[in-house]
Amino acid sequence: MRRTARTLALVAGIAALVSACGGGETTAEPGATPTETQAPEATETEGAPTRADADLVIWADQKRTDALQGIAEQFGEENGITVAVQTVATDLQFNFITANTAGNGPDVVIGAHDWIGNLVQNGAIDPLPLAEEDAARYSEIALKGVTYDGQVYGLPYAVESIALFRNTDLVPEAPTSIEALVEAGTASGAENPLCLQVGENGDAYHMQPLYTSAGGYLFGTTPEGDYDPADVGVGKEGSLTAAQKIAELSQQGVLKTSITADNSISLFTEGRCAFLVSGPWATADVEKAGFGYEISPIPGFQGMQPAQPFTGVQAFYIASKGKNKAFAQQFVLEAANSPETMQALFDAEPRPPAMTEVLESVTADNPDVAAFAEAAAGGQILPAIPQMGEIWEPLGKAEAAIVGGADPSSTMQTAGQTISEALQ
Amino acid sequence: MTSPDRAAAPLQRPDRTVRVSTLLLKLLGLGIAVALVLSVTPSLLAAGSYGLLAAMWVALAALVAVYSTRRLIPLKYLLPGTLFLLAFIVYPIVATFQLSFTNFGDGKRTSKEEAIAQIVGSSVQQLPDSPTYNLSVGTTGSVADGPFTFFLADEDGEGLFAGTAEGLEELDPADVEVSDGRITGVSGYTILTPREVNDAGAAIQELAVPTDDGAIRALGVNKAFEGSTTLKYDETADTITDTVTGTVYPIGTVGDSEYFVDPQTGRPAFSQSWLQYVGLENYERVFTNETIRSDFVRIFLWTLAVAVLSVLTTFALGLFLAIVLNDDRVRGRRLYRSLLLLPYAIPAFISLLVWASFYNRDFGLINEFLPGNPNWLGNLWLARAAVLITNLWLGFPYMMVICTGALQSIPADLKEAASIDGASGFTAFRRITLPLLLVAVGPLLVASFAFNFNNFNLIQLLTEGGPFPPDNPKAGYTDILISYTFRLAFGAGGAEFGFAAAISVVLFLLTAVIATIQFRYTRILETVS
Repeated sequence: MRRTARTLALVAGIAALVSACGGGETTAEPGATPTETQAPEATETEGAPTRADADLVIWADQKRTDALQGIAEQFGEENGITVAVQTVATDLQFNFITANTAGNGPDVVIGAHDWIGNLVQNGAIDPLPLAEEDAARYSEIALKGVTYDGQVYGLPYAVESIALFRNTDLVPEAPTSIEALVEAGTASGAENPLCLQVGENGDAYHMQPLYTSAGGYLFGTTPEGDYDPADVGVGKEGSLTAAQKIAELSQQGVLKTSITADNSISLFTEGRCAFLVSGPWATADVEKAGFGYEISPIPGFQGMQPAQPFTGVQAFYIASKGKNKAFAQQFVLEAANSPETMQALFDAEPRPPAMTEVLESVTADNPDVAAFAEAAAGGQILPAIPQMGEIWEPLGKAEAAIVGGADPSSTMQTAGQTISEALQ
Repeated sequence: MTSPDRAAAPLQRPDRTVRVSTLLLKLLGLGIAVALVLSVTPSLLAAGSYGLLAAMWVALAALVAVYSTRRLIPLKYLLPGTLFLLAFIVYPIVATFQLSFTNFGDGKRTSKEEAIAQIVGSSVQQLPDSPTYNLSVGTTGSVADGPFTFFLADEDGEGLFAGTAEGLEELDPADVEVSDGRITGVSGYTILTPREVNDAGAAIQELAVPTDDGAIRALGVNKAFEGSTTLKYDETADTITDTVTGTVYPIGTVGDSEYFVDPQTGRPAFSQSWLQYVGLENYERVFTNETIRSDFVRIFLWTLAVAVLSVLTTFALGLFLAIVLNDDRVRGRRLYRSLLLLPYAIPAFISLLVWASFYNRDFGLINEFLPGNPNWLGNLWLARAAVLITNLWLGFPYMMVICTGALQSIPADLKEAASIDGASGFTAFRRITLPLLLVAVGPLLVASFAFNFNNFNLIQLLTEGGPFPPDNPKAGYTDILISYTFRLAFGAGGAEFGFAAAISVVLFLLTAVIATIQFRYTRILETVS
């Protein structure tokens, strides 16, 4: 309570300063105002909702709440309780931590596995005692994602990673290397051979396949297989090769800072790019584009290592200060942990399921999901350690600078230095 | 008010009729205030926020005292405003100051006790090959408070056990009712429903039935598992011990916070730390941080430039348009004014995102019309120009509006007098109109300056501070102080509220000093009139 008061006070303080100084050129601050729901089953569209008055409260973002509504209702009926699924449209992780610390958060929260590090350091989630036979039903990479410091923290339900979309009207055959991709893309006559979002300030997530193919790594691994924050790979040899390769692609006009998160998918769907590097979220737009397409894992550079994208895992977590922990555990370990739920979640939003049997049944007649599942299985699990926060910006900006024409080696080395200093 | 009639007339009569309704209103208002304070009192007591509680009661007492007497008339007008000022302006500033002396941030939100509980609790591991039990919870007392006994049945229905904090004992199948592989009745015990198990909360969640290898704990409302806790907290030594490896983790200071650290390396052994007072350390960081020091001057100058140039350009264009549209000879002035107000009507954050896409080098609207394919957001001077151009577009309608208002309030006879005295149009403007105009809009220009000094949206949504020098990913060429420090406090290593608060205090003081200087100058202007 006191801490929320402090947080609120800080926010209010900043707002007060801004408004006290403000000449009034902007009239509205976006978001920020918490709105209320009381009724169970109600959904929210803005900011952090007030915890609903129900026996089990689940917080998720918009895409998941739609899928969860039916499952939650069924669970409620079977157990004679009320279940509320609430949407937190913006900044779910931050809102959850704040609400949980104050003791008015949800019982279950759904989010990406790379939140785990931050959620654990804030004491916001409890470990999930997943029985061995239950764990065995999930794919290896999904389990690896939700395991942190040797402990399972979440029930995985989907894996995701980026892959290569190809306009088959322009390029019929999938390329086997980046060099072949550039050649085919250029020969296709499209305005741009490849849409890979860089932007002025970089995008280390989408650049990761190229970075790893050239031998770059972010963190080394400990003997137990966890990421080791003491061993930073940015600035080391492999990353310098990657920098060199990125510079070459930029000189060939394949990578551009003008291709951004805002325009890369639309450029591809307009037929102005032969290839697109993106994730399952682009599939719906690409389907509507009206040309033939195919999805395949991103190839590596000729004669170098395979290109490994980041693999992310979506999972259910149990809040550490939820009021109904027993129901929360029951819901996650029994209701969610079933092929029917996993299928329903998949039907609502087609991302490769983490449960192996569901994955097998859905990939049989869905080549797109099969391709994304293959890409995710071949990827590197996105580090969940909080130290990852220090990597994104310096690495992304260094890559953007290199694409923009800066010296590859020294830029990458500086990024490595910045990261190492920050992690000290 | 002070007319002799009133003094002479009997006071009571007109007053009494008023008093019934005012009294009711007064009672209603005070009643609401009392009810509000009463309703939040229990939760504040529970949370231990005694300071806030005391402040609320003092405020309430003041309200009641002031409004229940017929004296203290000035206070009746001043008190509500003062209370709101205290609550919404002074308290946040004080709280920000307070916060700036703590390490509050990610990983440092909870109390030490909670952090320890989390660290120890996170080490619970299900024992390999251990069975999962079907759990029924029974009690000989109340279903809310216990004492609770776990009645456990093997998944295969072979073994039946009763477990308490003392230990586990096997049950004779004859003594219990079993159906569907779970115990449904034991004589002398009330079996809890799932809802009761859930509602009993921590009493059941924290009950651990000791076994040879670990302990059996509840999982959900009807399952239990056997697990072991590998970490133990030693209260007297204030250390955490790993019971498997025997390693003892003492408390050590890393950065500005205490952690349980690895005895060999001195690095944090667990990522959880806790809320601590750190004195002036956040301020020290602001002033001694190497990157802040090296980039500060450049960013400060650019911040000043943004604020000054934004005010000058928007004011110049706004004033020009206001004068042009203030001339009777212009037809369709209302239409022009409405059209020119459009940029002001669109929410700034939408305009900013749209403008950001306009500046795209290869696919943006602007370069469609320009030769040479300028790299708007990638070249430092072009990016800075883009910031100012966009802010001009966003800001001129406001200036136009205030200038139009101010112009219309300047008496026409002054201008007439000037022209009779032989002043040309420009001289009349420079010597008469502009000084009078500045008296009216001067304070607004100062406010606009302060606003642009901290115009976070402008930078964050348009350039995100970019372009960045290749050798410095921390400070971009278009970064202003607020966007730069926001990135320092929230950008990479999670949210650092304590540090952010220290930065906002420093920025607050900086803006306050600049604003004071400016107000002194505007006071000089006022002597003109």
